[in-house]
Amino acid sequence: MEPFTTHTGIGVPMRRSNVDTDQIIPAHWLKRVSRTGFEEGLFSRWREDPGFVLNTEPYARGSVLVAGPDFGTGSSREHAVWALQQFGFRAVLSSKFADIFRGNSGKQGLLTAELDQGDIELIWKQLEAEPGTEVTVDLPARSVVCGDVTAGFRVDDYVAWRLENGLDDISLTLQHDEDIAGYEQQRPGWKPTVTAAVD
Amino acid sequence: MSDTSGMTLAEKLWAQHVVRSVDGEPDLLYIDLHLVHEVTSPQAFDGLREKGRPVRRPDLTLATEDHNVPTTLGPVTDLTSRTQLEALKANCDEFGIVHHERGHRGQGIVHVIGPELGLTQPGMTIVCGDSHTSTHGAFGALAFGIGTSEVEHVLATQTLPLRPFRTMAITVEGTLPDGVGAKDIILAVINRIGTGGGQGYVLEYRGPAIEALSMEGRMTICNMSIEAGARAGMVAPDETTFAYLRGRPHAPTGADWDAAVDAWRQLRTDDDAVFDAEIVIDGEELSPYVTWGTNPAQSVQLGQSVPDPQTAGDDDAQDAARRALTYMGLEAGTPMREIGVDAVFLGSCTNGRIEDLRLAADILRGRTIAPGVRMLVVPGSHAVRQQAETEGLDQVFLDAGAEWRLAGCSMCLGMNPDQLSPEERCASTSNRNFEGRQGARGRTHLVSPAVAAATAVRGTLSSPVDLTPTDAPQGALV
Ligand code: SF4
Repeated sequence: MEPFTTHTGIGVPMRRSNVDTDQIIPAHWLKRVSRTGFEEGLFSRWREDPGFVLNTEPYARGSVLVAGPDFGTGSSREHAVWALQQFGFRAVLSSKFADIFRGNSGKQGLLTAELDQGDIELIWKQLEAEPGTEVTVDLPARSVVCGDVTAGFRVDDYVAWRLENGLDDISLTLQHDEDIAGYEQQRPGWKPTVTAAVD
Repeated sequence: MSDTSGMTLAEKLWAQHVVRSVDGEPDLLYIDLHLVHEVTSPQAFDGLREKGRPVRRPDLTLATEDHNVPTTLGPVTDLTSRTQLEALKANCDEFGIVHHERGHRGQGIVHVIGPELGLTQPGMTIVCGDSHTSTHGAFGALAFGIGTSEVEHVLATQTLPLRPFRTMAITVEGTLPDGVGAKDIILAVINRIGTGGGQGYVLEYRGPAIEALSMEGRMTICNMSIEAGARAGMVAPDETTFAYLRGRPHAPTGADWDAAVDAWRQLRTDDDAVFDAEIVIDGEELSPYVTWGTNPAQSVQLGQSVPDPQTAGDDDAQDAARRALTYMGLEAGTPMREIGVDAVFLGSCTNGRIEDLRLAADILRGRTIAPGVRMLVVPGSHAVRQQAETEGLDQVFLDAGAEWRLAGCSMCLGMNPDQLSPEERCASTSNRNFEGRQGARGRTHLVSPAVAAATAVRGTLSSPVDLTPTDAPQGALV
């Protein structure tokens, strides 16, 4: 995973609440078995509308998505995160993220920064007044700067530490193999196993 | 935590599964069962291969085909679907994982087969790369959906690093009126707390109306916890749970059964436990719920009308409501009962179990569906299908004019050929009415199985009370 410390890029205002993962990437894009090529599927139904924000310059080159509340609700598809990243996004700002989406983002190095809704509104206004304004997201400082607006954001400290260091979760967990084996020793014997299936 | 006094059910389960807990880090939680399907796993298996990692516990991992499978006989003609199904099979063979493919009698929607096989048991941690894993919480398990990176993490380590959830009690008092079921309870809950109201919480459903539900009904409720933003929903296990499990293929037997039941009886929220949030719903006040919009919180009771967006709260909610009405092709003030449908979908991990099919069949028996309406009945699993055929339910559906399909996710997410056409309107027993969920520009109304069946007969959103007695079938008159 590529480390994330600070990032500056064009902010994209998306004034919608409840943007679910079926909108971020519709189901038929999920049939791919690879981890690449999802940028085409990003918001693909909304992108059929030529006026949709990502179809217009300078937003088509945006890398910081400034979204409404309850972003990423619905399905657990990590493809939503891959699609955002492969399109060029490095961070999403919202006042509220769906849990699974936020978790998936943290694993992949897409920063989900939680701001107060009031600050989101200020950033939207700034971006709409001057399209193409860049947003700087500073992870160690937990701050966002966009034009005249400076705002703090929240992120899980452990996730932030992993992002800043580009650390892969599985390698970290495998260092605790002894703990896992110890736990397995004391699991009750009646817990089901799949291989004992009566087929 | 060794002292278990004053703990909620979810906290007890959490404590029982902590492998490692260190200040400032997420807890490392052991996973008892990992369910895998074709859509969210291929990239996880690739990850293992790249790093040369094995699957730690293939014996705690089960794979099935569900999202992509056609629900008609014959080969999988869609090339990308076939590639994905073949990838799952090859991955399972390579890593030694039991795999239920099309035609296998254990095949079906991942959240239907776990309980059916008796693999889903109280007190377990269960994960799957699918958000409706919350279904399994109906057994008093801590069950939640995960993303593909986490799928890889569980395959490699049988654990997940997680922050504890907060807990919310949802108490449903009283007795449900006739014709009101589990689906109406959960649509009412989501309407009340909103699509984000459960964020960060495990919901524990309790109270007399919940205790009176069958396991199928409890699964319907826990299934849609995610639609309120909660990753997990639970119901404390009781005699209904034990009776459902006894004798199932993977349920413990003999002395193991007794030991298990002893342990399961401890899985209750202590009287002095405190939830982080609580809501109470009066079951007596409920009536059938239907959605009018494009998220599951946008619902009303069937007797009401499409709401005016101006009553929807803040500007943002009003905007969302307006956009939803445009998408749905509806006008504020239209009585819900006057909305005509083109299609009815009975199935999914929410309402594709045998009890759902029985309920719908009871309503359809001796009746025919309205002209111009297409009804798809898709059992949640191969076993549900077989059971329904044994009971003759398939014939009831066919006689009424419905299609009787093979098991799978089908029109719940329109990944296989079962999809709505643009602007087609569907009464669906599934769980998501998102834009395009059932096919590009398709329009979804979420309903219970009873409402689905009655709607099929009348051609407009209806409940069984709208139907004339069975001896005067409606279909021909509409
Ligand atoms: S039936 Fe629908 S919600 Fe359930 S697992 Fe399949 S696609 Fe997901």
